[in-house]
Amino acid sequence: MYYDASALIKYFPYFLPAAWMTIKISVLGILLGLGLGLTAAFARISRRTVLNAPARAYVYVIRGTPLLLQLLFIYYGMRSVAGLDAVPSAVLALGVHNGAYIGEVFRGAIQSIAPGQMEAARSLGMSHCRAMFRIILPQALKRAVPPLGNQFIIALKDSSLASAITINELLLKAQQLASSNFMMMEMLTVAAFFYLFYTGVFTWLFARVEARLAVSART
Amino acid sequence: MDAPMIGIHGLHKYFGESHVLRGIDLSVAQSEVVVVIGASGSGKSTLLRCVNRLEDFQEGRVEVNGRRVRDDERRINALRSHVGMVFQHFNLFPHMTVLGNVTEGPTQVRGLGRDEARDIARRYLDKVGMGDFENAYPATLSGGQKQRVAIARALAMEPDVMLFDEPTSALDPELVGGVLAVMRGLAEDGMTMLVVTHEMGFASEVADTVAFMDQGVILESGPPATIFNDPQQARTREFLGQVLTPGGCT
Repeated sequence: MYYDASALIKYFPYFLPAAWMTIKISVLGILLGLGLGLTAAFARISRRTVLNAPARAYVYVIRGTPLLLQLLFIYYGMRSVAGLDAVPSAVLALGVHNGAYIGEVFRGAIQSIAPGQMEAARSLGMSHCRAMFRIILPQALKRAVPPLGNQFIIALKDSSLASAITINELLLKAQQLASSNFMMMEMLTVAAFFYLFYTGVFTWLFARVEARLAVSART
Repeated sequence: MDAPMIGIHGLHKYFGESHVLRGIDLSVAQSEVVVVIGASGSGKSTLLRCVNRLEDFQEGRVEVNGRRVRDDERRINALRSHVGMVFQHFNLFPHMTVLGNVTEGPTQVRGLGRDEARDIARRYLDKVGMGDFENAYPATLSGGQKQRVAIARALAMEPDVMLFDEPTSALDPELVGGVLAVMRGLAEDGMTMLVVTHEMGFASEVADTVAFMDQGVILESGPPATIFNDPQQARTREFLGQVLTPGGCT
């Protein structure tokens, strides 16, 4: 097989708009997912059925269906109902999808904090809400950082599925270029480079966040 | 005599089917130290936790300094801010420094400014002998030091009464003395205290009243000299025989 390494450099600039699109829908999707996830986590640990039942259903439906299906469902659904474009549909789908997983990450982290912490805070006279924000959440967020890093990397890579709804992101770009220059392996290599670059940045960022948060855990 | 600081009347508590407190009556007067002793599972910790309603109860009445302990969320928060609690496992906030732990209640619950809260916190940290550790994180402290910080954290709320739930049970033996010394100092200062402990030496020396609990009831109570030297109930004699015989302590 012939592999033209010079094509990697030659076609690199053609990928830049797609690389921007990938990081844009990923980051917006993650931010939306964080908001939805935190909300879902609080709803799921609530004792009130009106809150925890919908959250349970949300997590069940999203974890139980493929992201590709969710992308198509939201894309075609939102286009006919709200006239939504492909990009907002992709962000919405990625956000809703990651929100379910991030919600479980937060829920697990919150519930992993020893009950004595809540008791100590309540025994000082704090309300449940204040104790949650001052005492439980800061500790839970720290525990959530490693699984969140994982989820962010998954979200970044999953954004490639948005190619199925015409989003001009890295993978679709690679396939489009290859269909005209017949250098599929080279084009996939360039796309892979960008994914590795982004995941490298995420990994580095999360390592820094973990190191900063580790201060109080020194033993 | 005035109304007691802590009044417990006809208290019943169930965990599902199991009837863990079966009609408790107990009162603690201002500046009195009441120590509750008894075997594991006798309900003494549960009784203590009913006083600030960390445990729910089904029947009876509990009052602290004239305030009835009720369901109502807002009132229970107000009541708890006047009731200091010290736990077996310290429950310090690991993400805050020692000073942060002790100023948390004053700033967040009493609404004091940072400087005032720090003054108060430092005063109580000095009192428990932890003044030099204000910037340390709990993970760097020994069990005895953690428990003394936990006592300072409770005291910084300037509570009417202090509840101690087996405060030395999780400590290495050589660290118990320091915590007991702090508690003894509090008693001498006139703090009203309700203490659940297995430290019989502390009970006999510091308590005004010792109450012996067995299977959800207070079998007998009285001055330590009476309870330890002349117990009326066979079950009390049996329990004391087990814990006071050298080597018989479990």
